[in-house]
Amino acid sequence: MYRYNDFDRSYVRDRVEQFRKQVERRIDGTLSEEEFKPFRLMNGLYLQLHAYMLRVAIPYGTLDSRQMRQLAYIADRWDKGYGHFTTRQNIQFNWPKLRDVPDILEALADVEMHAIQTSGNCVRNVTSDHFAGASADEINDPRPVAELIRQWSTDHPEFAFLPRKFKIAVTGSPVDRAVTRAHDIGLRMVRDDDGNDGFEVIVGGGLGRTPVIGTVIRDFLPEADLLPYLEAILQVYNAIGRRDNKYKARIKITVRETGVEAFRTLVEDRFPVLRRVFEGGDRDFARQIRAAFAEPEYADAPTSPFDAAMDNDPAFRAFARTNLHPHKNPDYGIVTISLKAHGATPGDATSDQMRLIADLAEAFGHDEIRISHEQNIVLPHVHKKDIPAIRAALSEAGLGTANIGLASDIIACPGMDYCALATARSIPIAQQIANRLKDIEAEVGSLKIKISGCINACGHHHVGHIGILGLDRAGTENYQVTLGGDATESARLGDRAGPGFSADELIPAIERLARRYIEVREDEGESFIETYLRAGKEPFRTALYGEAPRPAAASRS
Amino acid sequence: MNTIVTDDGFRDDDWTLGFRNWENAEQVDGDLPEGPALDVPNSIAGEDLVDFFASAPMIRVPFPSHVDGRGFTLARRLRLLGYRGRLRARGHVLPDQYLMARRCGFDEVEIDRDLALRQPEELWRPCDSWRTRNYQARLRASGSA
Repeated sequence: MYRYNDFDRSYVRDRVEQFRKQVERRIDGTLSEEEFKPFRLMNGLYLQLHAYMLRVAIPYGTLDSRQMRQLAYIADRWDKGYGHFTTRQNIQFNWPKLRDVPDILEALADVEMHAIQTSGNCVRNVTSDHFAGASADEINDPRPVAELIRQWSTDHPEFAFLPRKFKIAVTGSPVDRAVTRAHDIGLRMVRDDDGNDGFEVIVGGGLGRTPVIGTVIRDFLPEADLLPYLEAILQVYNAIGRRDNKYKARIKITVRETGVEAFRTLVEDRFPVLRRVFEGGDRDFARQIRAAFAEPEYADAPTSPFDAAMDNDPAFRAFARTNLHPHKNPDYGIVTISLKAHGATPGDATSDQMRLIADLAEAFGHDEIRISHEQNIVLPHVHKKDIPAIRAALSEAGLGTANIGLASDIIACPGMDYCALATARSIPIAQQIANRLKDIEAEVGSLKIKISGCINACGHHHVGHIGILGLDRAGTENYQVTLGGDATESARLGDRAGPGFSADELIPAIERLARRYIEVREDEGESFIETYLRAGKEPFRTALYGEAPRPAAASRS
Repeated sequence: MNTIVTDDGFRDDDWTLGFRNWENAEQVDGDLPEGPALDVPNSIAGEDLVDFFASAPMIRVPFPSHVDGRGFTLARRLRLLGYRGRLRARGHVLPDQYLMARRCGFDEVEIDRDLALRQPEELWRPCDSWRTRNYQARLRASGSA
């Protein structure tokens, strides 16, 4: 794992002191709320429905036990004993006081963490594959690249006041677990015929009110050219991105209105001069950073406890089937800890749960923890012999739910329970769907349900196999359903199913979709999304609305 | 009178040769008399100003609002294209943005009286090491290979 050097340490401390002074100036009135806003946002501090919300970066989703324990401490000392893990690999604390925030940031700095650029119109926390460095299917660990981008984008003087927020994701595997096609810039590591690493550069993807699947503007960018090329893209966007309408300010609109070819030309025009500005220091840092992400020293031991549990314990087998992913070392496994117990708030973890996970990572997981964009927690390097003990400890703490990738493993934004922008509740919908589908989800298999409480789409509903968008229709919550979305390398936006549902009608409607899938699939090997793409919308539409031309069940208030 | 902010703090404007709007300068067709500074919109492409680099001892870039960051990229672009004259940011720039302006290539910031009163001089003073103590300078330093 990357460790802060002296520069990182003093930089983060300086930022805490700078923000402490900005808070003082806000409190004494020398900064107006309007003037203070971009500075608090640059430090992750939002004003929400009921209180301030602090969003802490977990860069590329990687942390260790000490950092996880500190998050638990912050939750206990300055919040209400829990935190919420988000779809961008951050953790949010929902109840901090403005005066306490500088102290919280200082507590984060103590463990090499920060909340810098987790909001505001700047380059946000860089996200990556939550199985990075562990998964059997990757070309190379993408986290060193993400760390390089973190450093480059931190306090970049040109890009702190962009037209709108800017999100970058990077994956090192052809299997895209980082949703790179729905980011402002997505980077997919590729290796050319001569064995050189580089990137496929995707630009202009995004969800929100205008969902767009990103476009490739460079098939192969040599790794050494990464920072100047990113800088060229950001320069073009900062210069010509729209500032007259916040809903048209994201780069996806810039690319669309400029035209992909014209946009590419502008980027390529700027690239050579920027390339000359980087004189090799970035490559030195890149090498140092990569060395810091060396693989753990794997244990060489028999896997017999695992094998025995697989043979004799059906509940363990169920857990292994869903929550275990192949590690590049065959004696190891990647264990995903579900934060989606049926009826729980997706992504929430109590301080006790955080401490338990920290203990397990330290005892059994080479001290590494990951946060996934699907709002679960991952132990990326676990020897198989230890997995039965881990599962037992998790189950005792209510963290043993065997549902990763199943219908109840739902992404949901905070929705109207917390968020000032929300138009409907998300969390209770997720809880009810999870409970409703509990008994059939094993039979249904892989099914990604994603719920957003407003059109800003923090819950990624556009790319859910089943997407749910909560809206406000004349004072009543109304939920629109989309079908057939895909967040992976075969990214696809879901299709609107038809009229929306009330909250009460929605839950049985989702169950009808799941049951219809079981009827329509060719066999158990054909997943929900595969069935949808083969059979089309019609069988699912009729499951939702019945055979009648006018849906009888749906209310359109 | 507006206040000029430099690394040494506040001072009155010492520029006496006047300003010329980019729109007017464009019509002069390159034969711009030396002397006046050039006022340019922040939406202009840096390339469009290259012909005026020699004749404009100062280029002034507006910041209509502190959240409009186009001026930062324009300044950096002008420096990368070779402009060596004086670069001034003018408008709603906050003390917290002063170093961003400097690091993008601005020499100074021009603010109005009201802003200067509300955001007093001591807030603007940069630390001595601002040129090197940032991630971008480290990453752009010369490498070992």
